Amino acid sequence: MVDAANLLEEARQGNRRSLAKLLTYLEEGGKSPLEYGRGKSLGITGPPGVGKSSLIGKLIDEWLNLGETVAVLAVDPSSPISGGALLGDRMRMVNADSSDSVFVRSLATRNHPGGLMNCLTPMIEVLSECGWENIVIETVGSGQSETRVVAFADIVVLVDGPDRGDIIQAEKSGIIEMADLIVINKSDLKNAQKAADSIRSALSFNEESPKVFLSSAHTGEGIKEIINELKILQSPLIRNRMRVRERLISAWDSVLLESESLEILISEIEDGKISISEAIEMIRNHNKTSKS
Amino acid sequence: MRIVIAKPGLDGHDRGAKVIARALRDGGNEVIYTGLRRTPEEIVRIVNDEDADALGLSTLSGAHDVLIPKVSTLLRQEGLNHVVVFAGGIIPMDDREDLYNKGIRAIFGPGSTTSEILDFLEVVVERKVRNKPVGIGEESGWCWDG
Repeated sequence: MVDAANLLEEARQGNRRSLAKLLTYLEEGGKSPLEYGRGKSLGITGPPGVGKSSLIGKLIDEWLNLGETVAVLAVDPSSPISGGALLGDRMRMVNADSSDSVFVRSLATRNHPGGLMNCLTPMIEVLSECGWENIVIETVGSGQSETRVVAFADIVVLVDGPDRGDIIQAEKSGIIEMADLIVINKSDLKNAQKAADSIRSALSFNEESPKVFLSSAHTGEGIKEIINELKILQSPLIRNRMRVRERLISAWDSVLLESESLEILISEIEDGKISISEAIEMIRNHNKTSKS
Repeated sequence: MRIVIAKPGLDGHDRGAKVIARALRDGGNEVIYTGLRRTPEEIVRIVNDEDADALGLSTLSGAHDVLIPKVSTLLRQEGLNHVVVFAGGIIPMDDREDLYNKGIRAIFGPGSTTSEILDFLEVVVERKVRNKPVGIGEESGWCWDG
């Protein structure tokens, strides 16, 4: 039996072992020891391979220079086949393993829809409660319409790279509209400036469009500027409703995934015994009966 | 299981570590790969922060007899006695006994198969369930002999 309140108390006093154990407990669906948690976090999202982890590595260095602490929750996908995962984000954050002011935890999606798990909310709250000043969520490499990060992050940074397509790509709706800051990473490569210009141009018709920064995790260009901008960025008011909505949907996904009957229903649909609509009806009725 | 695969010390060869990481992933484990050239202190910190159940150390540099005991000592100091440690790479037969005595539970040299490593982990899980010593800081004596 895990004593979450006790672990929290020890973690508050700086015990990393207790913090690590508490995060595991929350990841496995344990109830948060904080009744009214709070905690602001920074979500870093963007397509696979644009350099999210390397960029976070550089941000960590800059925060450390400023004497601030950083906790990172880095999410990578689980295999839909084996359930296993290769979590390789922290290897890009070069100085993450040697400072008492940095805490990095790798998390597997465990096939949660949207690529982010419900447990992130209590994890952010616990990290904040334990005094971590900058809390960063790194999402899995994401596509255009993956906006779940809004549920967990107060400020969303969209990272992209050069040569990611023509201007029409930047004109498309989706995550780009949720971004509070856009970073074109790998600015040491050619076409980075062009990519930044395309995105700026695409966003220029909006009343309030996010700033677009160029950065290089290789040379360190733009990192200081990003940190300065993050210090003054405020979460937009309209974001709150979206956040509640995404949180609710995320929580609902968790309820469904944790439902005991899910696997049985999948088998029955597969064997043609019931239809998908019938399965939905059964899940609804089951939820009703378990409430009474 | 959550397993950290680490490359301690000055050693630039990680093909083996990557193959192992992938095999463990396909076996349904969550594998955290540290990347190259980690110090024993860094490795222990990673194992702690990631709340890992096991640690695989890959070394081909010849410094296994210094680095692996150092990791073992630090893990115990940090109270991470439950962590199961195994090793791989180039570790001569003559050096193995000493490592086993320091709580390393398996050493996979050239010619080992990925399925053998998964078999080892299966036995590890079984021993954990039965409360038999298998962690780095638990009573030594048992090690994997295929």
